[in-house]
Amino acid sequence: MSAALIAAVAALVGSGVYLITSRSLSRIVLGFSLLGHSAVLALLAAGGSAGAPPIVGSSDRAPSDPLPQAFSLTAIVISFGLTLFVLALASRQRQLTGDDLVEDDVEDRRVAQLSSKPADDRAGETA
Amino acid sequence: MNAIIALAIVGPLAASGVGLLVRERHHLRDAITLMGLSATALAAIALLIDVQRNGTTVVRVGGWDPELGIVLVADQFAALILVVATLTILVVDIFAIGQRGTASTGDQTVVGPMLLVLTAGVSLAILTGDLFTLFVAFELILVSSYVLLTHQGRAAQLRSGMTYVVINLLASTLFLLGLAYVYTATRTVNIALLAERIPELDNGVRLGIGLWFLVVFGTKAAMFPLFSWLPDSYPTAPTTVTAVFAGLLTKIGVYVMIRFHTLTGMDDLGPVILVAAGLTMLVGVAGALAQNDVKRILSFHVVSQIGYMLMGLGLFSVAGVAGAVLFLVHQIPVKTVMFLVGGLIEDDQGNSSLDKVGGLAARRPIIAVLFAIPALSLAGIPPFSGFVAKLSLIDAGINAGSVAIVVVALVASMFTLLSMSKIWLGVFWREPTPPSEPASSKASKRMMNGATMAAVAGTLAVVALAGPLWNMSEEIARDLLDGQTYINEVLGTDRGGVASP
Repeated sequence: MSAALIAAVAALVGSGVYLITSRSLSRIVLGFSLLGHSAVLALLAAGGSAGAPPIVGSSDRAPSDPLPQAFSLTAIVISFGLTLFVLALASRQRQLTGDDLVEDDVEDRRVAQLSSKPADDRAGETA
Repeated sequence: MNAIIALAIVGPLAASGVGLLVRERHHLRDAITLMGLSATALAAIALLIDVQRNGTTVVRVGGWDPELGIVLVADQFAALILVVATLTILVVDIFAIGQRGTASTGDQTVVGPMLLVLTAGVSLAILTGDLFTLFVAFELILVSSYVLLTHQGRAAQLRSGMTYVVINLLASTLFLLGLAYVYTATRTVNIALLAERIPELDNGVRLGIGLWFLVVFGTKAAMFPLFSWLPDSYPTAPTTVTAVFAGLLTKIGVYVMIRFHTLTGMDDLGPVILVAAGLTMLVGVAGALAQNDVKRILSFHVVSQIGYMLMGLGLFSVAGVAGAVLFLVHQIPVKTVMFLVGGLIEDDQGNSSLDKVGGLAARRPIIAVLFAIPALSLAGIPPFSGFVAKLSLIDAGINAGSVAIVVVALVASMFTLLSMSKIWLGVFWREPTPPSEPASSKASKRMMNGATMAAVAGTLAVVALAGPLWNMSEEIARDLLDGQTYINEVLGTDRGGVASP
């Protein structure tokens, strides 16, 4: 049970991180959802083996640990809200540029190019 | 005192709700924001005074046992940082209200309410006694910061906002996975219980937890090599937003790192943290030297200064951690003030590029003075606050025999001064350039100058109070490194033999 959960966590984290490294925001959203699921599964695995429902007096068996489940619920709600926010960003980006790609920092590119220019060229520029 | 702790968290949240409801009525909304922030700042000051007199206050939310429920802990460290943080946000909000009358800013409707949400998140992150509530507090801070960063919807802000959002989403997921890891190993997320149980763990698991959270908090704090999102996203945001972010967000990461790694006894991670600290200082300051825009230069200095706090933590000595705490107190107002001055320059000139701006010292001498004081402080020139903080760190480094990190810190300081002179030469000397049209109204200029002056006065207050602050920092450091004080305060000393195995 636990080994299967952990393997699932590993697979989800792997695919999630791969998708997040992409430039397209829609892929990033998918990647982030997968990562969120992986975290929830990891929290469930942290709760140990499954038992009876954690409600007092509902069963004679040992109950499941309720704390990780509370954590998971909170995490799910938060990741739901954030997914919507990223989708809104993607939509706005599409309005502005026609696609949802994360673009380069123009100023950063300019600074990076400074060092690749020949030295005498730069000296003339700063003088 | 319990009510005051709750007020510091619930107060700003409630005010932000009301503020959003009346967001179209500018004066009412601004009044509510100001009231909410002032109330929080006053609560923080009351808390600090009370903690000084009567010791730590612990609130068990809902009366639950610390094993299961949420605890809020107001000890000296928390109360001190809370006061600095809330006062800083208050000053920035006054600046933001002044800025509303100017041409450059556009829609500011949600800035006030979102600053309030940010304040609630910051209070919760500072006061919380367990890691999961800390996660929620981080999310609260992040969600409001996402909105603050991108709410104007301009292309550049969207671009930099995306980097910021994605990196923080990843860090949050890592935080959750780390929580699962910690919970599996210790069956708790309460920091006091963790301080008891983590040192007893197997060495590999213990260091794994320490390194994992070093990465999580290091991403928030912009530690090398996890900093690249910061200089990318900060410069494009509106001034007020950058000022709050630069002053607070990374510092909250450092605050949490100091608290977690000292209390759980991660001394053997010291060398790792020291190497990261040295590289953070050098890479940050080198990046700053390559830039050509005031806000971008300052963003790289945010990174560089993080290194000094990490250095104090990495030494894991009373003097080192005390130095880090003092540096934190000095850094929050100084960084905020520098970005506010960047905003004043932008307001006057329409941009803050060193090539296009010049001669401000002659035309706007007030801005020049307001820049010079925190700039010298940042570089660590006596008698300003940076000198006091850096001196304590360097002293701690020499006493611990870590010469390499001391040399790196001094070199980085020198380059910081160089980079500050670069801004001074570019912006304040040379031939004056014409101001941008249309100029801002007198009233909003006065308000923005006033807010910046108040923040500069705050940095000077750190110098004036350097003696008492140092004593307090030393006491905080001793308690953190000892750990037992915190454990007893949170869990109570009468635990019927649970404490002694």
